[in-house]
Amino acid sequence: MAVDIFYFLVFPGFLFAAITGAFLSWFDRKITARVQFRKGPPLLQPFYDFFKLLLVKETILPKYGSPVIFLLAPVFAIFGATMAGVFILLPLFNITTGFRGDLLVIFYLLTIPSFSYIIGSLASGNPLAAVGGSREMKLILSYELTFLLVIAGIIMKCGQQFDLNSIIKAQQDGSPFIGSISGVILFIVGIFCIQAKLALVPFDMPEAEAEITEGIFIEYSGPPYALIKATKYIMFFILPSFIIALLLNGFRLEGINILWALLKVIGIVLLLTLIRNTSPRVKIKQAMNFFLIWMNLFAIIALILIAFGY
Amino acid sequence: MGFKDYCFKKSLWVFHFGGASCNNCDIEILDCLTPRHDLERFGILLVGSIRHADVLLVNGSINRRDKERLIEIYNQAPKPVLVVAIGACGCTGGIFAEGNTFAGPVDKIIPVDAYIPGCPPKPEAIIAGIVKLVGKK
Repeated sequence: MAVDIFYFLVFPGFLFAAITGAFLSWFDRKITARVQFRKGPPLLQPFYDFFKLLLVKETILPKYGSPVIFLLAPVFAIFGATMAGVFILLPLFNITTGFRGDLLVIFYLLTIPSFSYIIGSLASGNPLAAVGGSREMKLILSYELTFLLVIAGIIMKCGQQFDLNSIIKAQQDGSPFIGSISGVILFIVGIFCIQAKLALVPFDMPEAEAEITEGIFIEYSGPPYALIKATKYIMFFILPSFIIALLLNGFRLEGINILWALLKVIGIVLLLTLIRNTSPRVKIKQAMNFFLIWMNLFAIIALILIAFGY
Repeated sequence: MGFKDYCFKKSLWVFHFGGASCNNCDIEILDCLTPRHDLERFGILLVGSIRHADVLLVNGSINRRDKERLIEIYNQAPKPVLVVAIGACGCTGGIFAEGNTFAGPVDKIIPVDAYIPGCPPKPEAIIAGIVKLVGKK
């Protein structure tokens, strides 16, 4: 029991994921700054932001709207992100215990933060938050099917295994799934899905800063916003880890391989950051077209290739 | 200086309120965030929503219509919030001080923590003002 709580709260769970994610978010901001020929924030900047919001600022409740749901939404978000993080990171660190994270459970848990943001934004009673919430809803509708197709491709590739442990094991015994044509296509599609899940720039219309002034988060201040920040940090670590588990061989934790694991995470985050820095924000209609037509088409082509054994 | 104050100083998020400004101060404020001056290295970010703000930058002359909005914005901000008046118009009223529609400089409407005079102040002056503000607290 105690060890389960330790798993959930400290090592692969909340604390570890949040701290690693915070460092990755600093990395993202630093790379963004370097791309724009700036110097960038100091290493501990995400922690300063988090503790300032958590300890110093006061919480303001919106006048119109439902305060209880407004305050509960960030709690649900961080809970969903932590659960997903535990189920993704336990197999990655090769800890076999209790419930073995099944891909579909992870898939549903990964959508809980987005749904909580929608609930919170609609409970705030702000019209701009409502616009952001409706955009987030459309974005979820467009990328979820594509993400499910990617997962289906992985399941087909390793012979109908739904278990993240056996997927990683199948790759470590054989070759990583990215080493084939279908794997490369699935990787590209998966990266775009992650970009949309994290709401990074080509798909950041729910929180478009210049347009609807942070959209879904517009009414949050103080500790609830700190929880949202922590959720974002966790998601920023677990989604790249998830794609590494699915396509890039997972982590191996002996000797020099630890360095490889680190480089894999940093490489995926670097890719996401570079996409974010080199593209403009698209309209929600364009994003829906992009996912529903093009990315689904690519994913289905990959599925057909897998069925023929490429 | 406690841990809380240290975190607050290291992560000042700025909300920009422009009164009836001639836009010179607005442009100089945006200059602070460009690669040449880069305020993000001190953790200063420009945010879109007043709910996330730690510093309220006010520039331009405040006329009667802006006054209500400025008070509203100030009340909507989560405390503690620092207020910085930028430019001659924000600090004293400048050439508009005797105008008919002028509703008083910023410090007659809301409490101001720092004044950065100039018409417009250079980005270096704005950074110096922010440094003094952070050092004062």
